[in-house]
Amino acid sequence: MAERLSRTVAPNQDPKVRATNFEEVCLGFDKEMALREASRCLNCKNPRCVASCPVNIQIPEFISKVAQGDFTAAADVIARDSSLPAICGRVCPQETQCEGSCVLGVKFEPVAIGQLERFVADWNRANKPADAVKERPALNGHKVAVVGSGPSGLACASDLAKMGYEVTIFEALHRAGGVLVYGIPEFRLPKDKIVEKEIADVLAMGVEIKTNVVVGRTVTIDGLLDGGYDAVYIGSGAGLPRFMGIPGENLNGVYSANEFLTRNNLMKAYRNDYLTPINAGKKAVIVGGGNVAMDAARTALRLGADTTIVYRRTEKELPARREEVHHAMEEGIHFAMLTNPVEVLGDENGNVKAVRCIKMELGEPDQSGRRSPVEIPGSEFEMETDIVIMSLGTSPNPLISSTTDGLDTCRRGCLVADETGATTRPGVFAGGDAVTGAATVILAMGAGRKAAKAIDEYIKSK
Amino acid sequence: MYKILKKECLTPTITKMVVEAPMLAAAALPGQFLIVRANEKGERIPLTISDYNAAAGTVTIVTQAVGASTITINSMNEGDAFADVVGPLGNPSEFVKWDEEKIRSSRFVFLAGGVGSAPVYPQAKWLKEHGATVDVILGARTKDLLIYVDDLRSACTNLHIATDDGSFGFKGNIPAMLEHLVVNEGCQFTECVAIGPMIMMKFSVLMAQKLNIPVTVSLNTLMVDGTGMCGACRVTVDGKTRFACVDGPEFDGTNVDFDEAMRRQKQYFEQERQAKAAVEESEADCACKQRGLK
Repeated sequence: MAERLSRTVAPNQDPKVRATNFEEVCLGFDKEMALREASRCLNCKNPRCVASCPVNIQIPEFISKVAQGDFTAAADVIARDSSLPAICGRVCPQETQCEGSCVLGVKFEPVAIGQLERFVADWNRANKPADAVKERPALNGHKVAVVGSGPSGLACASDLAKMGYEVTIFEALHRAGGVLVYGIPEFRLPKDKIVEKEIADVLAMGVEIKTNVVVGRTVTIDGLLDGGYDAVYIGSGAGLPRFMGIPGENLNGVYSANEFLTRNNLMKAYRNDYLTPINAGKKAVIVGGGNVAMDAARTALRLGADTTIVYRRTEKELPARREEVHHAMEEGIHFAMLTNPVEVLGDENGNVKAVRCIKMELGEPDQSGRRSPVEIPGSEFEMETDIVIMSLGTSPNPLISSTTDGLDTCRRGCLVADETGATTRPGVFAGGDAVTGAATVILAMGAGRKAAKAIDEYIKSK
Repeated sequence: MYKILKKECLTPTITKMVVEAPMLAAAALPGQFLIVRANEKGERIPLTISDYNAAAGTVTIVTQAVGASTITINSMNEGDAFADVVGPLGNPSEFVKWDEEKIRSSRFVFLAGGVGSAPVYPQAKWLKEHGATVDVILGARTKDLLIYVDDLRSACTNLHIATDDGSFGFKGNIPAMLEHLVVNEGCQFTECVAIGPMIMMKFSVLMAQKLNIPVTVSLNTLMVDGTGMCGACRVTVDGKTRFACVDGPEFDGTNVDFDEAMRRQKQYFEQERQAKAAVEESEADCACKQRGLK
């Protein structure tokens, strides 16, 4: 029983070393660690972890296969519900989902489900026979178009392909993966080694991805429906960055986190052999406290900047995953809490030289239950910096909603869809960040899977 | 895909290419732009669409070699293919939504400066085909730098040429020629569209305002994705921040903060200079040079 008390910890790259490179931070389990950790699972009769997984992976079942040392079988169990296990094992917020509901966590520490998923996926990738051809179901004669090759679109497309649909994904950028390639940095989610490989698995099921097609511009939703597709799934994410609306925000050196991360992740600015320019400055200030803010800060740090995160509430309210905050702190990122920028100041050439900030204190709880930050009068001060990265969240891009009649959106620009993903236009389904606003990879995948089921029912009932 | 079917060197630094891109060609309208990435390691370069042919499945781009990525684009030859071409991006010109009556009763004057002369072509052509009277003022520093003369002559009603040094046509810059046409020749323009370098558009707007002609400009800002995702293309119009890629690229020129736009364009000046020097050494075999053009 004593074995069950302590959770196996996966090793990380040393903080001092990793702060200077873009290699993956977490090194993952080896076989012994995986076997040990898998043996901790109680194999509950009514597993709460499965219910709290947005794609309902049969967690105790795959972990028991791991414990038996049958990693191929474990991979097969996961594959029934997720086509992107190496990605989810790395970027899911397990602490609030599967691991957060693990019974062991009540008294002790939860099973490291995320690390086990990652281990199984990586092991399977490295060891599965090269000629392991997946069986493709017979095509059922129906075509579905998916907009966006991010996690939601990929999950929807692979489920539909498994059901026999001919699926085409349309991607606006030149590389497939959506936020997995433009947003999440290499040091959390390797692109060539992990993302590209898992997307290749989706392609192997018969899904086609057409890059460089901007739906709403190159083609419209109506064009797709008139052009032979029986249904459309919109998984176009939430790509529109927010700015603060403060003076000086258009100075040279003010970025949206989206731009900063896209230049570095998709366009590989950190590599000398790519032409993409980026300025991380000697000093960088990141405004915001979410996962994207942590990603931007840790990227700026790796590009050589002395980096500070400015957030208007306290450390306790930071919306980012605890693990990301912890990693950022370990790497030497400064945190200026209860601080909010009021103006960006420039030099005579229009380059950023400082941010004027004001101190905040926490007042009464707002609608979300979080205590709202209130400015402390007269507490303004200047923080010297070369670069400011605004990481204040994103909202869905209006390109599709504004070019499609009858597709309702809410006030925040999110597409209106019911729990199955059905929008206000028959035959048009949507899910992921395009519907919810910025959320997580796994919630987007869950929405994609639900919609795949609803699309199947819709087409069959036509 | 994205094969270069035809290449023509218009000046030693400006090339015209006809590129295979069927979906894009079928959807393009005047005023829109596209993004080209020459190869895996290149930047995404926004270029205004200079012509499109849905039947042939082609688009025409005109590129001035100013930095590493545009030098690379221009060094590619017929038969080569770009890694990526995406579009059409941005909004079409306002006038494509006008009714016929309004178009027919309009007299447009296009101010075409430098490499901006090329994107004037599809707009002038579209308007003339739809019954508008279209004047084009084509300007350059000197005669040798004039491009698109024949194309524009065929696409518009009246072509006027201005050179700063007087080596061809009117002696003076584009705004001066506009003033001359209105004040001395009595031309009554109802709409003005200026496309060219930021500084030329800035002074064109001032002149159009002085002459009381509504003026539209097409902003060629820095961009990454071109779909509203990054905000690199932020411009201040009428005191508000707008994204040139999705809110533009065309704006009412009157209230554009050109000084800010010019400053933002130079954001990566030092890095671009270094990258350009490196690429100039390695890619010195452009067809223009091979053919002995200076």
